[in-house]
Amino acid sequence: MSHLFDVYLLEAVINGVLFGGLLALLSLGLNLVFGVIEVIWICYGELIMVGMYSIWWLFKVVGFPLPLAMLVGVLFVALLGAALHQFIIRPVLNADPINQLLVTGGVLFFLQAAATVVFGIEYRNIGVNLPSLSLGEISVSLTRIIGFVVAIAAIAVTYVFLSRTYVGTAIRAISQDRTVMPLMGVNPATIYLVTSAIGGALAALASCLLVLQYDMHPAIGLAFGPVLFIICILGGLGNLVGGFLAAFVIAQFISVGGYFFQSEWGYVIAFAFFILAIFIRPAGLFAKR
Amino acid sequence: MATMLRLKDVSAGYGGFQALFGVSLEIAAGEAIAVIGPNGAGKTTLLRAISKLIPVTQGTLEMEGRSYGNLPAHEIISLGIAHVPEGRRLFPRLSVLENLRMGAFMKSARPEYAERLEFAYSLFPKLRERSAQLAGSMSGGEQQMCAIGRALMSGPKLLLLDEPSAGLAPVVVQTMFEHIKRIRSAGYTVLIVEQNIQQVLKLVDRAYLLEAGRIRKSGSAAELLESDDVRQAYLGVT
Repeated sequence: MSHLFDVYLLEAVINGVLFGGLLALLSLGLNLVFGVIEVIWICYGELIMVGMYSIWWLFKVVGFPLPLAMLVGVLFVALLGAALHQFIIRPVLNADPINQLLVTGGVLFFLQAAATVVFGIEYRNIGVNLPSLSLGEISVSLTRIIGFVVAIAAIAVTYVFLSRTYVGTAIRAISQDRTVMPLMGVNPATIYLVTSAIGGALAALASCLLVLQYDMHPAIGLAFGPVLFIICILGGLGNLVGGFLAAFVIAQFISVGGYFFQSEWGYVIAFAFFILAIFIRPAGLFAKR
Repeated sequence: MATMLRLKDVSAGYGGFQALFGVSLEIAAGEAIAVIGPNGAGKTTLLRAISKLIPVTQGTLEMEGRSYGNLPAHEIISLGIAHVPEGRRLFPRLSVLENLRMGAFMKSARPEYAERLEFAYSLFPKLRERSAQLAGSMSGGEQQMCAIGRALMSGPKLLLLDEPSAGLAPVVVQTMFEHIKRIRSAGYTVLIVEQNIQQVLKLVDRAYLLEAGRIRKSGSAAELLESDDVRQAYLGVT
């Protein structure tokens, strides 16, 4: 009996690691946008939701092959991210943070309502089921492994882009000093637009992985949004490495917590840990004080 | 000598506050000039107006005979004007090398990145040693070198220096002026704003005295050094 106990715990830990990679990708775009533009996209989960529905619609209704549907979905949400910046964020760029929060909150409800009107409230999925891999008594779903690998690869590509390219360096620089950028020939408005498009693309890339694992419904953004926010805050808002690590911490709480109790309790434990951690380290777990 | 930069009757300010009133000045290619004056005279504002960081409300700006008053700030560097701002304004959490790379952001500057980096390193060997260090963790003098190096990475013709000696220890101030001398002899045209009047007047060909947003006096460095206005007000000589 105690032997079995350990195997299931190990399985929960492995699933936690795989889930952590997915959460790390999910929170990356949100964290990047906040770090660079200093605006919180409260509607980030809804961009993910729009990405999921785009892929579903292109694949199931239009009849695109799945990879093409995913590619177009990513491009579409990248454009949506740029549009969100251009038409919603830009007018309130110098307004109080609370006003910025409220407009993106408005976008959240708008997207949710629009999805309900267009797609209805029933749960939908793309109907692709990949088998599980078994290793001894441990079984892990293949979609989760694919999700993990793709998420880590996407994070690595983003990291290289930010550290090695001119535009990536400018994206990091602008968060440190916005007003001096024109002296280097950089138009801040362009960098913000590019960052927003990348934020949208990362959200939709996450959608590509989520459609393989979850059913979609118009409120699915709310299922992910809060977890993503606590990850970003725990990692230190705008701190991409901190956010990456925090994703794995939270995923373990959810997965192992769910193993010891019921799966819903995993989230309760993760949020309780978050509240405690923020009491002790208000700037995030990985803040450099 | 060909005129490089020409300002005619330029007025500028911040919001409702006007800081420059009809300023005219000229710099010939290869020349070094200084703009001196008390705190709040509008020296920094003048450089910011030349770089279009603030709107020019009246008058014309010309670079090599081309009027550029209608260009946005981020296109000024492509005219060959590089501005080292007051307080250096490095990106503190980027490395020295990344700061220098930002100076070469302009598409036309990228092909010559390697040569210019080598040139910046040869002028300031300290920067090569510190290339991987975060810019914010360096001393004031080193940061100033990095800021000048960053400006040189765009391959400018005209270098605008805003108070390069501000906040530096006296010994370092000396070295900074030595560096600027070497930049001059490397063929750059230099417009320098300074409070350290005695030092800067030894370095430049000509100077303008700016007071309350207006040019009060202009002439060769020697003339200004000898003039009673400058001697009494700024050099403490009676």
